[in-house]
Amino acid sequence: MSDYNFAYLDEQTKRMIRRAILKGLAVPGYQVPFASREMPMPYGWGTGGVQVSAATLTPEDRLKVIDQGADDTTNAVSIRKFFERTAGVATTEATQEATVIQTRHRIPEAELTEDQILVYQVPIPEPLRFLEPRETETRKMHSLQEYGLMHVKLYEDISQHGAISTAYAYPVRVADRYVMDPSPIPKFDNPKLEMAAVQLFGAGREQRIYAVPPYTRVVSLDFEDYPFEATKADHACDLCGAGDSYLDEVIMDDAGGRMFVCSDTDYCRTRREATA
Amino acid sequence: MDGSSLYAGGFRDAPVDAAHAFRAAMTAMARPGDIRRIAGAAPPAPLSVAAGTLLLTLCDPETRVHLGGEADSDAVRQWLSFHTGAPLVDAAEADFALGSWADLMPLSRYRIGTPEYPDRSATLIVECETLENSGAVLSGPGIRDTACLLLPDVDALQGNAILYPLGCDFFFTCGDRVAALPRSTTIRVEG
Repeated sequence: MSDYNFAYLDEQTKRMIRRAILKGLAVPGYQVPFASREMPMPYGWGTGGVQVSAATLTPEDRLKVIDQGADDTTNAVSIRKFFERTAGVATTEATQEATVIQTRHRIPEAELTEDQILVYQVPIPEPLRFLEPRETETRKMHSLQEYGLMHVKLYEDISQHGAISTAYAYPVRVADRYVMDPSPIPKFDNPKLEMAAVQLFGAGREQRIYAVPPYTRVVSLDFEDYPFEATKADHACDLCGAGDSYLDEVIMDDAGGRMFVCSDTDYCRTRREATA
Repeated sequence: MDGSSLYAGGFRDAPVDAAHAFRAAMTAMARPGDIRRIAGAAPPAPLSVAAGTLLLTLCDPETRVHLGGEADSDAVRQWLSFHTGAPLVDAAEADFALGSWADLMPLSRYRIGTPEYPDRSATLIVECETLENSGAVLSGPGIRDTACLLLPDVDALQGNAILYPLGCDFFFTCGDRVAALPRSTTIRVEG
């Protein structure tokens, strides 16, 4: 068998995912259960994001896939090739040219537009899971807006470390209602969650889909005396000189040598090409 | 009706037509008040192209459909059964309901979800005579400042929005155009 249905999944599966996406958009931040399928890649490699992308793509789309900001890592390359083969869509590494962007753990530095869709790969969709392991209880907590426990967790950060030390998967409140896990993006990216593009979140192993429509209010949880801070390494990119982008720290040798580079490879390349 | 029209009117290329239709429906739901073109199906009268396309895109044997008023004809039932296999049910059990606003009311008949599972609510596909960006002022998720949409019954829809995060979600269809109103949208009367 050499041919696949367009975008790999069968039509009935896509309809089921599409219905979940629509309910997710109608109740921003609420986790809609869906019947996640086995995909030809292991859990943890973005099976949720891939299923959401498959249900969203049209043949005219131009797909970009990033893994921690980079277009050229194994996960990003393999998912891009997967959709090149099964959906026949065009792909790109340029953020501005993409219509659908699937991402693992970053939001691109370039501002997204109304014509774009950002699909997140999510490992643990339930922000309360490490505080309360029972699904029946976390469901109840969401229904009652019982989010005090989350503030206790952030408070314990402050009492132990003097600051909110949660650095990624920083909990947010969506449209003044649901507390949501924005997937393990660095908290540097949290302010960008209020954007013009549609944001869809897919958790394959945990079988949940959720969404944030454009221009939806997304507030990072904090305290009046300990306000939320979007932090990054206090450095500029050693390749392009950007002082406003999220940085990766790269160990260069075993003598303590290190450099800081943009985690968003397209942003860094575009800036270097502009000055070259 | 003759047999040929029962089998006709489906998607020509189901995966691609459904993908295009879903993108239109999704964009409409993500941006309340936005009017999008949606086509691909040729349903029997009195269904609009947009309503027929939404049914083919979203319905299958797993979704219970309620047909209201004129839409509840033999031709529509047979067309829907042949193309989607969706079971036809009363309003109280429906995942999707289709008809004119008057035929679908009262709104209290439909499932609004449960506090733990607000997604288990009905989506109403409302056939409209006109679809235009005027009248009621919308704000909330998906809307930058405000948007306008002519709504069939502002009072009833405001009542639905108050139930948030429970409540029904709506598609409004007219010809080959669609707009959506999720329960999360705040509705004000101009003035």
